[in-house]
Amino acid sequence: MTASSPPAARYSLAADEYLFVEVSEEMTLEAFFRALSITQRLRELALPGLIEICPANASYQVRYDPDRISAQTLIDTLETLDAEVAARQRNTLTTRVVEVPVLYDDPWTRETLMRFRDRHQDPSGTDLDYAAQINGLPDAEAFIAAHSGNPWFVSMVGFVAGLPFMYQMVPRERQLQVPKYLRPRTDTPKQTVGYGGCFSCIYSVRGAGGYQMFGITPMPIYDPSGQQPHIDDSMIFFRPGDIVLHRAIDRATYDRLDADAKAGRFQPRVAPFDFDLDAFSRDPDAVAEQVKEVLHAH
Amino acid sequence: MRIDVIKPGLATSIQDLGRQGYYHLGIPPSGGMDQRALRAANLLLGNPEGAAVLECALLGPELRFEHACCVAVCGAEMSPKVDARPQPLNTVFEVPAGATLSFDFVRAGARAYLAVAGGIDVPEALGSRSTYALGGLGGLGGRPLQAGDQLTTLTPAAPARVGRALPEPLIPRFAKAYRLRVVPGIYAHRLEAHSQERFYAETWTVASEADRVGYRLKGGSTLSFLEREPPFGAGNDPSNIVDACYPIGSIQVPSGSEPIILHRDAVSGGGYAMIGTVISADMDWVGQIQPHQSVRFEAVDLEQALAARREYQDTLAALRQIP
Repeated sequence: MTASSPPAARYSLAADEYLFVEVSEEMTLEAFFRALSITQRLRELALPGLIEICPANASYQVRYDPDRISAQTLIDTLETLDAEVAARQRNTLTTRVVEVPVLYDDPWTRETLMRFRDRHQDPSGTDLDYAAQINGLPDAEAFIAAHSGNPWFVSMVGFVAGLPFMYQMVPRERQLQVPKYLRPRTDTPKQTVGYGGCFSCIYSVRGAGGYQMFGITPMPIYDPSGQQPHIDDSMIFFRPGDIVLHRAIDRATYDRLDADAKAGRFQPRVAPFDFDLDAFSRDPDAVAEQVKEVLHAH
Repeated sequence: MRIDVIKPGLATSIQDLGRQGYYHLGIPPSGGMDQRALRAANLLLGNPEGAAVLECALLGPELRFEHACCVAVCGAEMSPKVDARPQPLNTVFEVPAGATLSFDFVRAGARAYLAVAGGIDVPEALGSRSTYALGGLGGLGGRPLQAGDQLTTLTPAAPARVGRALPEPLIPRFAKAYRLRVVPGIYAHRLEAHSQERFYAETWTVASEADRVGYRLKGGSTLSFLEREPPFGAGNDPSNIVDACYPIGSIQVPSGSEPIILHRDAVSGGGYAMIGTVISADMDWVGQIQPHQSVRFEAVDLEQALAARREYQDTLAALRQIP
């Protein structure tokens, strides 16, 4: 964020228990960062009457008890926090880089996407073929190279338990974009790597979904049974601000990692990282390179 | 104390008052959809107000009790029977050892709450016994009941009193048509003005997709959104937004048709514009609406929502004072 003042956030009351705050109508990492910073400061304040604080991609939401804190007091507090956050010179975040192995064009999502072809924009090919074509890439291989070639920023966790929404860390003109299915599917394999709008995601559980399907990861990201050593008591692996690098793997590697996961010995490759938004805004490619170096040095 | 599930019913799940503090990770509160009825059933038995109960949707379960146990059923008018003999609603009665508890067809409302003395005993998951089926969390194996399941109960702190009943004024009256109060907002400004007016003027019908995640509505006019250049990352449909959090009770309108009211197992976020939020005092009623019943929405402001909230709290206070 530069010294020029950002557009004012839009506050909207969602009945008597929720406050919805839109930082920006469009997706930008600056808007995400502002929402995350405000919600982190709000959490630190630990005001009585706050029940849930939920940062999202370019907005956030607070659930509060109106018997303990009024909507107006909450809005006043958030406006103050917003001004404080905007006035800060550096926007940094101590976070981590996580490698997510992906078997692209796997048999399970392929079977699922064929079953729901009547709900797709282009029933003649696969979701990968379609995504490559509308992004002006020669083939699915090229799309996979673009998807796994640069890091992604976890800009929201939700929809269902632990599902990360990820925003690609490249200049906007190089962002991949694909529409959602014409009508949502009633089935998506667990740990499918999906794609909708400018967001990549990993479906944490089997169920309905509208994003295009590109592959599957053997890495567990949601653990209601408490069997996975890399997931804490919250049962959820990802947090907003995490940085993800997808690594394309072959079937043999997938099978080995999947067996590890089932035996409760999967350990993702993780490295600590200090993300600097200003440095990223100046030179996104340099920061992307740093992310890769940090992970590979770890 | 053991209860065998002979037939599970349509969608019977273990619920308490729900879990808070995990919505930012995509885990919704869950908990009874009609919290007032859940509390009433527990209070009648002398249970803690938020003890785990069975939420029985539309078609009740059939349960065999190994030992004698006091129970109470509140919420939907789905009369309980013990070995085929009718039992009163909103009243504590005893199920003898070896007897079978079943339910009549639902006459009004959609969800009955069966509380047992002591409360149902399953391990807490993230601080609650509530079932969140989408995430396979809580309850019994993270899913609704199945035939062959066995339930156990906690030991009651004090004996329940057979015959203790809700006083008449505290028994809810279910209607054929509902009026839900909504605070308009969030992305309502993106609708054409006439669409916004019509949304509140028309009568909607609850579709068959009406469950713990959300209630879908049909029969009203398709809503028109203002034309615009889509903001980056939102998607091309004018009803799309950059994926955001969904407040529980918020009404989203994918493609402008078939509004969806999110409830306690809500998906926590997504890319559809929300045009308002049902007030907290009316959320229990949403959970009692059956498919094909009609709904009208009434726009209210925050002051009216807070006044309704105070009335709701007065009702809860009265429930806690039942002699």
